[in-house]
Amino acid sequence: MSNNTNRRDFLGFTFAAVAAVGGAASLVGMKQAWDPLPSVLAGGFTNVELSGLKAGEPTTVMWRGKPIFVLKKSAEMEKSERDLIIGNDRFIVAIGLCTHLGCIPAWKKSTWKCACHGGEFDSSGKQTFGPPPRPLDLPPFSVKGTQIVLGEEGPEYKKIAAAMMA
Amino acid sequence: MAKIEKANSLGEWFDQRLNTTTFTKVMMTEYWIPKDINFLWAMGVLLAVTFKILVITGIFLMMYYKPDVNLAFDSVNYTIMQEVAYGWLFRHMHGVAASVIFLIIYIHMLTGIYYGSYKKGREMIWISGMLLFMTFSAAGFSGYMLPWGQMSYWAAMVITNLFGGIPLIGDALVVWIRGDFNVADATLTRFFMLHVFLLPISIMAIIGLHFYTLRIPHVNNQTSEDIDYDAEAEKYLAGNKKESKVIPFWPVFISKDFAVLGIFLIFYFYLVFFHYNFAMDPVNFDPADNMVTPAHIYPEWYFLWSYEVLRGFFFDIAGFKAFDIGLAAFGFANVAFLLLPFLDRDPDILPAHKRPMFFAWFWVLMVDLIVLTVYGKLPPTGANAWVGFFAAVVFILLFVALPILTKIDAKKRGA
Repeated sequence: MSNNTNRRDFLGFTFAAVAAVGGAASLVGMKQAWDPLPSVLAGGFTNVELSGLKAGEPTTVMWRGKPIFVLKKSAEMEKSERDLIIGNDRFIVAIGLCTHLGCIPAWKKSTWKCACHGGEFDSSGKQTFGPPPRPLDLPPFSVKGTQIVLGEEGPEYKKIAAAMMA
Repeated sequence: MAKIEKANSLGEWFDQRLNTTTFTKVMMTEYWIPKDINFLWAMGVLLAVTFKILVITGIFLMMYYKPDVNLAFDSVNYTIMQEVAYGWLFRHMHGVAASVIFLIIYIHMLTGIYYGSYKKGREMIWISGMLLFMTFSAAGFSGYMLPWGQMSYWAAMVITNLFGGIPLIGDALVVWIRGDFNVADATLTRFFMLHVFLLPISIMAIIGLHFYTLRIPHVNNQTSEDIDYDAEAEKYLAGNKKESKVIPFWPVFISKDFAVLGIFLIFYFYLVFFHYNFAMDPVNFDPADNMVTPAHIYPEWYFLWSYEVLRGFFFDIAGFKAFDIGLAAFGFANVAFLLLPFLDRDPDILPAHKRPMFFAWFWVLMVDLIVLTVYGKLPPTGANAWVGFFAAVVFILLFVALPILTKIDAKKRGA
């Protein structure tokens, strides 16, 4: 300790250091108090049976409180790199919230149209008009036979996610 | 300890212990106000009264409101509206007051801008006032969510989604703010806490600060005359009330405030009893449904101008995504007013009609805010989208041009 630092300064610095550590620790606690609860995290899996779907007509299922669009593509619909191929069928799985500000787009003939700000997405979930900055988001899923389990990251999901990134 | 003697009255008893005589002098009877101010300066008292109405009606609403996604809607629309004696009155008073308080805030703000009350020594008054505006906005938004109707839900959805636009941490931040992957029970309960506790006490604290900031530079006046308050106060106390340029806040000036307050309260209760609907969107009488979006989402009228700045940019410009430009413009719109004392480069305090360029600037701003507000409510399609775009661009350019315009004014005057 230098000659300029007396014992009172040292006590002051020590107090400040302890207070800083305590303050930082309580911020971590407060941050985590606002994180999703374990029951919310645990409720994050939903099974969807794909075999009964009609081609060209999307269904909506709820996963983690969000709408999930599942569309079995009809023959005339364009192929894309995010198609989930099971047997001879092509599926599009997407979180049904406009990537602009989170409204739910409605299916009109062959596109999802968002009423709020006019965004449009084609049958592959790609944005084709309006303010949405990116395609409809891909929820994590894994494939079990003719079922998908939303909330698990299976190899098929990883492949599609990688193709979408590229 | 102060010298305590047997008191002859209750007033004296308190005075010996709390120094109430001096306190009343400093806060009221010798708090000096310039004579030359018009009814626009009464907005502070109007706001204080409206805020009081909000707190008191809010307390009564809180006694029956249930912050739970399954119970909230019915607790408001059935229990409070149908069962609780005068519950409907408390709700309508609360809803209407929440709406008109923004009207008064805007008049208060624009008065300050017109007369240059944010300048040279009064910056802290302006900044604390803008902090109040921001906290009131947060309180207004968090309260709008509580009835858990369709508009509540989707307003919360859109507003929390805005944070997703922040680079890198956006998505995680949205989940953290909501406490769920979606707007859900956790979101409702924490917004309830913000609305009934944290934001109101923050507002009270900032109101205290806002009042305090006034005491040193004193309130501005219609001609922006620099008054020597000590000298003028002495004149008044010596009995030269006619010559003195100042009057005491209590009981002299407050009588004018009360007159304006009386007119305001007639208007307010007229709305409460006959037009409470304007503060109640019909869509919000549908219970919240996270699987159906209403056809057209818009905020309450007082947020429309900044909402229109947000969505005014609907196409990509020079490689930037429309979404990001809109978000940046929205952020700008929300801090632009805060920076006003530093964007105005005129060294003098003068009312707008004595600063030609600034005068034009002020009225263009007024018109632009009205255009933004009107078009913020209309669906953003076709020509509407373009009007919104140009109005948003004008809004930004106004603040960019302000330092130059005020410099020109000062130069012409020879300042």
